[in-house]
Amino acid sequence: MNFKLKIWRQKNNKSKGRFENYTIENVSSDTSFLEMLDILNDQLICTGQEPVAFDHDCREGICGMCSLYINGRAHGPDDEVTTCQLHMRKFKDGDTITIEPWRSGAFPVVKDLVVNRYAFDQILQSGGFISVNTGGVPDGNAIPVGKEDADESMDAAACIGCGACVATCKNGSAMLFVSARVSSLAKLPQGKIEAKRRAKAMVAKMDELGFGGCTNTQACEAECPKAISISHIARLNREFLCAKLQD
Amino acid sequence: MSDNKLQSQIPDGPLAEKWTRHKANIKVVSPANKRKLEIIVIGTGLGGASAAASLGELGYNVKIFCISDSPRRAHSIAAQGGINAAKNYQNDNDSVYRLFYDTIKGGDYRSREANVYRLAEVSRNIIDQCVAQGVPFARDYGGMLDNRSFGGAQVSRTFYARGQTGQQLLLGAYAALNRQIAKGSVKSYTRHEMLDLVLIDGKAKGIIARNLETGEIERHGAHAVVIASGGYGNVFFLSTNAMNSNGSAAIQCYKHGALFANPCFAQIHPTCIPVHGDQQSKLTLMSESLRNDGRIWVPKNIEDVEKLRKKQIKPSQIPEEERDYYLERRYPAFGNLVPRDVASRAAKERCDAGFGVNETGLAVFLDFSTAIQRLGKKVISERYGNLFQMYEKITDVDPYKEPMTIYPAIHYTMGGIWVDYNLMTTIPGLYSIGEANFSDHGGNRLGASALMQGLADGYFVLPYTIGNYLAGEIQTPKTDTNHEAFDKTEKEVKEKINKIFNIKGKQPVDALHKKLGRIMWEYVGMARNEKGLKKALESIKELRKEFWSDVLVPGENTEFNQELEKAVRLADFIEIGELMALDALNRKESCGGHFREEMQTEDGETKRDDKNFSYVAAWEYKGEGETPQLHKEPLVYETVHLSTRNYKD
Repeated sequence: MNFKLKIWRQKNNKSKGRFENYTIENVSSDTSFLEMLDILNDQLICTGQEPVAFDHDCREGICGMCSLYINGRAHGPDDEVTTCQLHMRKFKDGDTITIEPWRSGAFPVVKDLVVNRYAFDQILQSGGFISVNTGGVPDGNAIPVGKEDADESMDAAACIGCGACVATCKNGSAMLFVSARVSSLAKLPQGKIEAKRRAKAMVAKMDELGFGGCTNTQACEAECPKAISISHIARLNREFLCAKLQD
Repeated sequence: MSDNKLQSQIPDGPLAEKWTRHKANIKVVSPANKRKLEIIVIGTGLGGASAAASLGELGYNVKIFCISDSPRRAHSIAAQGGINAAKNYQNDNDSVYRLFYDTIKGGDYRSREANVYRLAEVSRNIIDQCVAQGVPFARDYGGMLDNRSFGGAQVSRTFYARGQTGQQLLLGAYAALNRQIAKGSVKSYTRHEMLDLVLIDGKAKGIIARNLETGEIERHGAHAVVIASGGYGNVFFLSTNAMNSNGSAAIQCYKHGALFANPCFAQIHPTCIPVHGDQQSKLTLMSESLRNDGRIWVPKNIEDVEKLRKKQIKPSQIPEEERDYYLERRYPAFGNLVPRDVASRAAKERCDAGFGVNETGLAVFLDFSTAIQRLGKKVISERYGNLFQMYEKITDVDPYKEPMTIYPAIHYTMGGIWVDYNLMTTIPGLYSIGEANFSDHGGNRLGASALMQGLADGYFVLPYTIGNYLAGEIQTPKTDTNHEAFDKTEKEVKEKINKIFNIKGKQPVDALHKKLGRIMWEYVGMARNEKGLKKALESIKELRKEFWSDVLVPGENTEFNQELEKAVRLADFIEIGELMALDALNRKESCGGHFREEMQTEDGETKRDDKNFSYVAAWEYKGEGETPQLHKEPLVYETVHLSTRNYKD
């Protein structure tokens, strides 16, 4: 297969970026999207040009490192996959493919398609945990958890922290990310104790870091590679409001 | 033949009491003194994150480094199937002893009894800890924790969170780490890579790191350094490891005198998606948990194989009686749940005999039709839904309808930095935990035991044992990073980077890495022999020359430069590859993941040589171009009787 590529190039955080055009030929349809970029980079290096910087690691859709905005969609045209799981068979031969980094004030560009998502770490540091030290905990089966609750907690915990929700949201809101963590822990008896404090702290941090507010467009859910449901946002709002009422 | 360099520090006393006695005898550091001590942790996977969090909770000042933009990206996140623990919740007669025994046996009797027993002992605490942290393990309808079976065991002791157990355990450890970062007891350095270790008066006192975003070279001092940087499977280029996983931190330690143990013990995982072409960048693992319900087979008749390759028939059209369920045939007692090394070799044997089921001839079937008939599609989807989805996305084949095709691939390295019972390397103050060390899995690791070891080391072993060393350092002031040792090491690091950078040859890093991978897979892969290993050693030497004269690294070295990162790592992979081949050549026995063709039984099973090779092979670096020196730590079995692994009856 042959493609025309329109890729965002930006030297660093301080410089201005621009689109550059490339062509790539004879790519197998079984090639993954990132392998296609590997091939392009190989060509660029061998012809004395600088390769395109992009984040990636596990290449099996779980580490959350890859982050491309492809033809106007986070992680590209396929549903419920990350960019690394996207394959070229999802495109038509001869297509022009536009590749950009996540666009969000809270995710500054490092270089080309690489952004920093430290802001997500900071939100989780503000309260995305259960306050328990190593050791001195009860037996695992001493805290029974209903299967439905455990399953729902797991649904929310499937978030990989890639930032597609933020990149997709017109407000640049991190509500889906925050709510997934809040909801996952609030669904378990061990996490219930700090649920309100956690919701308040994480929302405050999110606002402080410059993420936008949620206006319920549901775009985040549609683009989430792990199909995290916006029902978690409702649960976050509930915990948050209860916490505020108690203040 | 005991060796002065290798003092294993295994405590006296009966096996079941060693760890308790040891804990009672080792020194502790008072809270007031812990505040004065600094510890560097390299890596944020299960081992590094759990260790840093636990050490921070204890009051130490911890600095943790990771190469990604967040600690949560560490490759532990990709572990799928589960984590073993001797809880006996299923009442199937599991016990600490049984988990210990299975692990020793699974490792083909090449690990230390005392270490493995301790691992089995603390496995129970891990589950409790993770539950308390909010890890959403699978539950049954009564609200109790659920278990599944894994290879190499006849009990159900594997705890799991769908097919994402590693992710959930890592998020637990990462949350504990985040809590300490917020408290200020741990300082996190993301997008930082350790490039060298700094020794002062023979003790580990710090590191030289590169800020990957700015290219800046930084100095960091501490009272102790913990290496938790994972394994070196990417030496093969194609592996199930994440693209950035590397062995560089470990190799730097080796070059400073830390012995490197059993490098040839690498695990080949039987259930990976087969290679599709030469543009492929990595191999995707399909969890071992699939072997609970999946049955592995190839056709009995070569005619059916040919029709499959020509796509004239679908696998589901081959009738039951024409299928060769070769694992069930060869190993009736364990069937599809034999350990990974056994399953991998059996797949190779069938494919070598011409029965590989895809165009490359390097694939076998993993079939769920029997399980779907028995349990229904819904149950199978609950158990493995995300894995089935992943498989379909990659291959465009629906595994609910047609069997998966799988083939073995490099997955995990049992070898690593030599450590004593306290997890300290041969360099005082330098520790190594998780996959980065060699300690617990012998010649082969059982499924669902990597997560167990990473968390055991990080939560429950290192936080105790490191105190024994640091108690002697309470009078030592903070490490001065202006010390001449830092000057010297930093200078060497900069020179090395400049040297690589200035070669400006013709070949991109990946092209050279692929060459290394091909050498390794062909000669140091699933089957090894003397001739091939000697050839590998020669070829690696040639490749080293090629690298240092022809690698092409574009861009600048004072900025974010992924090609430079890869080049520095490849230089170290070449060293590791050589060490693996050397160790494999020395170990003239077949054992666990190490299969020497000269040493096999008539029916192709491994032939161990306990008389001559019941030892840990620990290699000492002797300088550039010099052959490393072999040290032997004899393995003494006080409890277990050494026998041939038998998964047949």
